[in-house]
This record gives sequence, structure tokens and C-alpha cells, in this order.
Amino acid sequence: MARIADPRRWFGFAALVVLLGLAWTFRSSVPANATTGGLTPSPRVGFVAPDFTLDLLGGGQVTLFELRGSAVVVNLWASWCPPCRAEMPTLQRVYEANRARGVEILAVNTTFQDTQADAAEFVRAFGLTFPIPLDRTGEVSRSYLLRALPTTFFIDRKGVIRQVVLGGPMSETTVQTAVEELLRED
Amino acid sequence: MFPILQIGPLALRFPGLFLLIGVWLGISLIDREAPRHKVSGAALNNLVLYGLIAGIVGARLGYALRYAPIYAEDPMSLFSLNPTTLAPLDGLLVAMIVVFVLGQRQHLPFWPVLDALTPSLAVFAIFLGVAHLSSGDAFGAATSVPWGVELWGAIRHPTQVYEIGLAILVFLAVWRIRQAPTFQGFQFLSWLAMAAAIRLFLEAFRGDSVIVFGVLRAAQLASLAILAAALVGLHIQARRALTAVPAVDQSTKTM
Repeated sequence: MARIADPRRWFGFAALVVLLGLAWTFRSSVPANATTGGLTPSPRVGFVAPDFTLDLLGGGQVTLFELRGSAVVVNLWASWCPPCRAEMPTLQRVYEANRARGVEILAVNTTFQDTQADAAEFVRAFGLTFPIPLDRTGEVSRSYLLRALPTTFFIDRKGVIRQVVLGGPMSETTVQTAVEELLRED
Repeated sequence: MFPILQIGPLALRFPGLFLLIGVWLGISLIDREAPRHKVSGAALNNLVLYGLIAGIVGARLGYALRYAPIYAEDPMSLFSLNPTTLAPLDGLLVAMIVVFVLGQRQHLPFWPVLDALTPSLAVFAIFLGVAHLSSGDAFGAATSVPWGVELWGAIRHPTQVYEIGLAILVFLAVWRIRQAPTFQGFQFLSWLAMAAAIRLFLEAFRGDSVIVFGVLRAAQLASLAILAAALVGLHIQARRALTAVPAVDQSTKTM
């Protein structure tokens, strides 16, 4: 205790520690773009969303990269998954309310563990108007490290993932606030 | 990285589970440590409980206030179980204010309370590291060291493993110094200094640092400030203990 209470000794020690800390801080300085994942595509917050090109239900194709400039919500789902069924009307309402503001929704059906016919019936039953890409091989689900259905990725206009929601159903408030965050970042 | 354990239809989130284990172990240490610092274990347990509740409520209210018009349309969303709609820093601030005010109202002694909570904080820090390992958060910078691990599309420093290892060392140090007869605040301020020093060191290997002033890592600057404050605090408390009249009980100082 006497050592700590002795101002000369203790402040000498403290100054040395702080100086070493400062030196380490400058030694480990990096350019601003060297952290937060940089340009490496990976399915987590702060990283560029892995690109994909998939066939769409009803014809045509979509490439995620080509949607740069829009805020994109990528939702992975299956027709047999109850929380997916519960949250899909929410996604449709948010899509209708925000489409004009530059928000796109890609509801990727995990067709490798579903059937295209069931997916089509699901889309018809809920009256979904956003694009439904079909992940027939499971490649996109693997690249997005899918571990729970549904899983939703909120991607900003630059293609960087800003929020990931594992599981569901998401409330409209959750989706709308996440979308607001995407739009606010520009 | 094992973020989810699927048991039938139930998807258990491992990171949250590890944090809960950390909180539970931390709380279980309180009853053991409180008497050593002449603090009521029951009062301390209540303080932690209220702090946890205030933290969660504060984090949700903080988030909701940012999007007040959206939450006004559906107030029930305030009770959502979704952890992404929480503002952690707001929660921490509210928890600290609530704990401080409650501690003061209950006349709990400031430094003994913090000293009694120190082993709990140290054990929680270990499980925070385990939660990071499980979720892949707090990840390292890309590296070519032979012990690098593949994570998020690159070979990276296993910073979560470093974090756990150093947190265990700090816990052992805290466990050891708690036996020594010292002054009030020694245990907490020593832990704070060690925790700040470790963060200062480890941040250099992180790949997710927030950068300020163009090149500096914000967490290192914050850790440096906390480290300096803890060292000054240790000196002030040691001086107080040496100059205190023996008859005056330091524990009468309240939060």
C-alpha cells in the first residue's frame, strides 16, 4: 500500500504504463478501411454481403450485386417453416410502404429443402409481390451460413450487411426500424 | 463458432446462453464475497438484479426512442424478444444510473460494493469471451501466423481465444489479491486497470476496430484513459487509507 501511496514512485510507474500504452496504440494504428472486414464478402454485420445470381420464381434472374444503390432485405425462408409464414405478410407490408424509397426485398426460397410448387402456392396465398429467388442447390444458403429459418439480412446501399436477424417471426416494427437504419446511413 | 444449437424445433442461441452462464456464476459469487467486504449479500444481489432489469429496459427504450413514430403505432413491440432492437450503450447508461441511485438510497458503501462485485465481473469477462468465440464477434485481423483460424472469409487472429485466456489470468489474479489485506477499492481498481490494459493490448489484433482520427483504434484510446484513471484512483484510495483516522470507518461513505 505504501508503494501505491508514494506519489513519486506510483506516478512514475503510472506514467511509464501510460507511455507504453500510448506507444502500443500508435504501433497498432491502421488505416480506417483496414478493419470491419474491408471488402471481404461474409454473411455478418460490417461485411459486404456475398453476391449471388439466382433464378426467380415466375421467370428471370436476379443478381444481388446489381441492386447496389438500393437498401436490400434478403430473407431466407421455406414454405413449411411456421415463423416464415408468420412474418411474410409483414415483409409484404414493409415492401409496399418503402419500395418507392429505394428498398428492395429478396425472399430467397431455400428450394433445396422445399419444393418449387409449395413455394409458388405460398407466394400466391400471401399475395407476395417482391422477387422470390430460388436457391435450388443450397449454395446461397451455405454462403450465408444459414443455421435457422427464417434468417434475414439487412444490406445497405453499398452492399454492406448492417443487421442480421436469426429466426422469426419479426414484428413490423423490427423490420421497419431496420429499414430506417439502412436508409438513414446514406 | 457454434452460434446455434438446434434441439428439434428449438433453436438455442449459444452466445446468449454463455452470457447467462457468466451472469449466473457472477451472481453466485456475490454471496461469497459480500461478507468479506462487510456488505449485505441480499442487498448486493438486489442491486445486480435491478441493474440487469434496468439495463434491458433502458436498452429497449433507448432503441424505441430513436424510432418513436414506428413504436407509437405498435407499442407492444416494446416487449419483443428480438435482441437486435436493443441499444446496448443506452442500456448500460441506464443500468449504471439505476444502480448508483439505488445504492445511494440504501446507503450501500461505494468501494466495498465494487470490491465485492469484482470477482463476479472478472468471471463474467471470461464468459463474454466464450460468447464472442461462439458468435464469431470481436474477431481478429487477417494474419499469416500459424495459429490463425479461418473466420469470415479470411485466416484471422483467434482474438476470442486470446480474450478468454487473458480473462482467465485476470480472474486468477483477482482471486489471489482478494485475500490480501489492502485498502478499499484496491480489488476493483486493480481489476479495472488489468481489464483496460488487456483490451489495449488485444485491440491491436482485432479486425473490427472502430477507427478515429484517421488511424487510431477508439477502444485503445478509451482503454488508455480508463487505465490511467484506475492507476490514479489506486493512488488516491491508498493515500486515503494511510491518512484515515483509524477510528473512522471508511465504509460509512455511501454510494
